[in-house]
Amino acid sequence: MKGMTPIVKVVARIVGGFIFIYGCYIVLYGHLSPGGGFAGGAIIAAGLILARLAFGTTASQERSASISSSIFESTGGLLFLLIALLGLFVGGYFFINLFPSFGTPGRLVSAGSIPFSNIAIGIKVAAAILSIFVVLASTKYIFKE
Amino acid sequence: MLELIVLLIFMIAAGIVAVEIKDLLASVIALGAVGFAVAIGFIMLAAPDLAIVQIVIEVLSVVFFVAVILKTTHVDSTLGRPYKGGDIFTFVVFGMFALAFVYFGVRLLAGLAPMSRELGQVASHYLTQGLAETGAVNRVTSVVLDYRALDTLGEATVLFTAVIGVLAVLRLEGRKK
Amino acid sequence: MIILVASLILFLVGLYAIITKRNMIKVAVGFSLMEYSVNFLFAIVGFRPGALPPILQAVEAGKVYSDPLPQALVLTAIVIGLGVTAFMLSLILRLYNRIGSFDLEEIQRLKG
Repeated sequence: MKGMTPIVKVVARIVGGFIFIYGCYIVLYGHLSPGGGFAGGAIIAAGLILARLAFGTTASQERSASISSSIFESTGGLLFLLIALLGLFVGGYFFINLFPSFGTPGRLVSAGSIPFSNIAIGIKVAAAILSIFVVLASTKYIFKE
Repeated sequence: MLELIVLLIFMIAAGIVAVEIKDLLASVIALGAVGFAVAIGFIMLAAPDLAIVQIVIEVLSVVFFVAVILKTTHVDSTLGRPYKGGDIFTFVVFGMFALAFVYFGVRLLAGLAPMSRELGQVASHYLTQGLAETGAVNRVTSVVLDYRALDTLGEATVLFTAVIGVLAVLRLEGRKK
Repeated sequence: MIILVASLILFLVGLYAIITKRNMIKVAVGFSLMEYSVNFLFAIVGFRPGALPPILQAVEAGKVYSDPLPQALVLTAIVIGLGVTAFMLSLILRLYNRIGSFDLEEIQRLKG
């Protein structure tokens, strides 16, 4: 896929990093403010998709992005399952919240295992949306002449 | 409540445009208008979590649609074709179904009476005890990731299956024999 | 009440597209419309007039809050909807590769 005009590239270079950091903020503060893993992961994926659309990609870059996003998606899913199994073996129930009263409520360090679940879900959603986009928009599948 | 009714009328109008217009790119953009109206409605309905998710997902869904349309064609060549007997039968059946759907939907939702309802036991338990039991200030997060985390695990599985389906369907080269 | 009926009508617009349109992209658009209307209906059911968002330290007397349970259900349903739409689009791309148009009647003429 080809890149876009220099105007779009300059704007994307300035804005893309901020979108990525905003997505990370939404994921990390999901238990205190609106947002969470689903919203933050989608915002991170939107930032990455903006960079790919503005600067363009070659076929080899698409192939490596497809492989690495598959790996990240499996990692996110396995992390979420690991948190659930940790609850089973330590606390006695599947998905029990470990140490829910640790830290002061309203601060970043609180709510037990909810922030870790948020991070796992964020990684998974971001990688899933990015891999769908990479496949749908790749140069290999152009039908119109 | 008047602003919600105006918003819903706008959504219905944009939906009819999205269904009936000839250019497929314009149809997809009208669908995006409906999605952003839904996001504004979520803010009015005191659901900021849903508004954030809806805005981002709407942008991404329009990007996916445009990526498909730019690779193929953007003219709907099936509009303007004369209708046959079977199509008229389809319209009649759809009209009868629509009337029955609205009638029974109104009867069902009249028993619900949503706007004046007191909160149920489950919801008030989440609101009053949620901070003590899970430690999360955002009650939606505490429901998603603590009280009903198995539901979220199922959702993650569905998303994983959808991605695998996309990768499998769009694989061009067959299996090496 | 009129709000609930209006979201039912939005659902019917999407259903009309799925049943009567012969273009595959239009069918996918109708599917998305149905999904939006159902999500909106869930959010309306959890709302009361003058409600605050369910993000709070402690419940204050005299204030009403919206129900967090339908919001949590819809939160996951929105993301699933994107996955389902992407899967439908990939099937549409493969069919376009085979028959050269978005016409559903062309598919009915295919044999084998």
